[in-house]
Amino acid sequence: MHRVPHAARAEAVGDAVTETGRREFLLQTGRLLILSGAASAAWDAVVAGEPSRSPNYAVSEHWWAMVIDVEKCIGCGSCVRACKAENNVPLEPYYFRTWVERYIVDPEDPEHPIVDSPNGAYDGFPERSVKRANIKTFFVPKLCNHCSHSPCTQVCPVGATFESPDGVVLIDKERCLGCRYCVQACPYGCRFIDPRTSTADKCTLCYHRLTKGLLPACVEVCPVGARQIGNLKDPNDPMHEYLRTHKVQVLKPQMATGAKNYYNGLDGSVR
Amino acid sequence: MSDRHDRAHLYRVAALFAVGLLLFFVARTFFIPKDFGVYGHYRAGALDDARARPIAYAGQAACVECHSDVGDLRKTSSHAHVSCETCHGPLAKHASGDDPAKPVRPDGRTTCTRCHLKSPSKPAAFPQIALHEHADEGPCIACHTPHAPKL
Amino acid sequence: MGTVQGYMYPNEMELQWSILIVLYPFITGLVAGAFILASLERVFNVHVVKPTYRLALLTALAFLLVAPLPLQLHLGHPERSFEMYLTPHTTSAMAMFGFVYLWYLMVVLVLEIWLDYRRDLVLAWKASRGIMRAFYVVLTLGSDNISPGALAVDDKFGRFITIIGIPSAFLLHGYVGFIFGSIKANPWWSTPLMPIVFLFSAIVSGIALVMLTYMGLSKLTRRTIDIPCVDTISRYLMYAFIVDFSLELVDLIHRIYEADESFKALDFMVHTRLYTSQIVLQMLVGTVLPIAMLATPQLVQMPAKWRLRIYAVAGCLTLVGIFAMRWNVVIGGQLFSKSFLGYTTYKLQFATREGLGASIALLLLPFAILAALVRLLPPWPDESWKNA
Repeated sequence: MHRVPHAARAEAVGDAVTETGRREFLLQTGRLLILSGAASAAWDAVVAGEPSRSPNYAVSEHWWAMVIDVEKCIGCGSCVRACKAENNVPLEPYYFRTWVERYIVDPEDPEHPIVDSPNGAYDGFPERSVKRANIKTFFVPKLCNHCSHSPCTQVCPVGATFESPDGVVLIDKERCLGCRYCVQACPYGCRFIDPRTSTADKCTLCYHRLTKGLLPACVEVCPVGARQIGNLKDPNDPMHEYLRTHKVQVLKPQMATGAKNYYNGLDGSVR
Repeated sequence: MSDRHDRAHLYRVAALFAVGLLLFFVARTFFIPKDFGVYGHYRAGALDDARARPIAYAGQAACVECHSDVGDLRKTSSHAHVSCETCHGPLAKHASGDDPAKPVRPDGRTTCTRCHLKSPSKPAAFPQIALHEHADEGPCIACHTPHAPKL
Repeated sequence: MGTVQGYMYPNEMELQWSILIVLYPFITGLVAGAFILASLERVFNVHVVKPTYRLALLTALAFLLVAPLPLQLHLGHPERSFEMYLTPHTTSAMAMFGFVYLWYLMVVLVLEIWLDYRRDLVLAWKASRGIMRAFYVVLTLGSDNISPGALAVDDKFGRFITIIGIPSAFLLHGYVGFIFGSIKANPWWSTPLMPIVFLFSAIVSGIALVMLTYMGLSKLTRRTIDIPCVDTISRYLMYAFIVDFSLELVDLIHRIYEADESFKALDFMVHTRLYTSQIVLQMLVGTVLPIAMLATPQLVQMPAKWRLRIYAVAGCLTLVGIFAMRWNVVIGGQLFSKSFLGYTTYKLQFATREGLGASIALLLLPFAILAALVRLLPPWPDESWKNA
């Protein structure tokens, strides 16, 4: 799975610069010595978010999907914090593009798990002891599943939310009426109304990063690699092999939403 | 069949509706965005809007560009697969030189305990410690170098 | 907002649709029901209810004019609502709102009222001066032909409009039921019965409203109430109510019997957070009691005075019950988590944009409009324009 992005970054100029003088050297000469001029400009564009000057991204060559490995998640909340920072999601009172749930399941009573998500796991989870040693407990990250038969795009009255040609469900902030129908239609609870713009909002798979060859913020910061993103249209993408060799599931498969978030190691008690 | 004169008022109603419909169709050509419907039932410009958002996280590769000493140190450490910004926060502005301020150092305890505090919910193979059994006080970095934490 | 019990997905804790979205189906339901009552006379030739014909149409119009207001107040961007006319998404039931509304308002209601009142409008035109005269000229579209031939044309075309008005009324309110019934994500809403239940409860509420308005307005203007008319209306109200109640019971029995994954959570919700509004207000006080009251004069002989009192009380209880039904569907559908593990509360405030104050104002407004309409277009069958 790719951890290192095939990013739009400059070729490093292989200068041997001594350790001590490095920082001053860099500060004085700036990044222009390390990054070539054009690449530096490109990096500017990447950081500033101007798509017209960033490298070509062919929409038709991508079909994005994610894998969440429940067996790896440690509930640190790094993804929640990163998403909020990257996407300017309101910190108050409780809106989340992604969150982590903790399940405490008695294996003999899987239909009644105890679930919590304190502030979406923004600060991780407080310590919590479990009653008996044979209790099953684990973390499950949740986010928009970018359904290919998305019920939320089906119900939007004006076409303000849609499935992009590369498989990402996005929201047109200029057309959204704030009617909240899409929020009602999502079976996974991943949409909310941003109180600052009175429009719908949700995970965009960091589309602004994907289209520049960067990883979504949550994938970038996950310390254990529990979140992976892949381009299913790329035959060389390791996700194909992963999906073949692991037992994966989507959430609420009976809803037939065509969800593209594949969970590895998903327990039957997960809602 | 009633004579035309007796139906004249209905023709006026029909004319009114016809004018209304015409105005509606004319208004549509003005108010519907030109790029609507190109890829599907949405405004194509919305894709560009989504792409044009500012970036906050630079990505590990960008950090290692300048801080290759730390990068080398971490390559063989147990934190090799942890992105720099997981602990250091979003640093794209710093990487591009836009923000002259020095990034704030993460605190040497909560940054660590968020991941490494022992919890039955965490996978058993993941390195985690119960604080009271380990070292109750002081920052973790007093003994562990964050970039190569294994002692 | 409000206290959460158990686990809810973080974004679910706040209710998305408020009391305003309870009001909207209630109001369009009244419109559809009032129209169905009017069509009883016009299309099904139940002439005994003719005294309420014009009043039913005016009531429908008054409420239809107010219907979009709760929606506009609720939208995050009401100034963008015209987008529904520009780029309606054909897979969204909500997108048809603008067109169905306009169709029903202009082609069905306004046209039918115009055709029925045209003679009175022309007479009013001839009898007035100044600005009122200009007003009536505009209303008649400048045509003063009220010969028997023209009136026969009006009657025939009006009948035709009423005939297409009936399925239009079904569409106007049925699509609202479909808006809820088609959401697979919400098991409280998702049932094919939803549009039908909504429609029948709409008919019930509309008939009750017109009956009450007729009785109230007659009392206010010191006119005698046509007893056979009201007797018949209350009988139709009872029939519609029995059908409506049966449909709701079918849904309930089906849920209890199949007991699917959502059942325990929903059952708990109905017995706790929704108990007063569902069991007490909707079922007992709002359905069983009015049906029993309406059935009594059918089984027991009683003087007209007592029958009228029963109709008045039953009518009021009916409206309460149907409002409670809308509340239980809309609010009830948001009180439980889609994880089936938690519940939240709806904190209804008074003086906010989506609060109780606005709702009360929106419910009183149609009566104010109706008062104006009744003055402009008198619905009384015994009174044609004064100087005719």
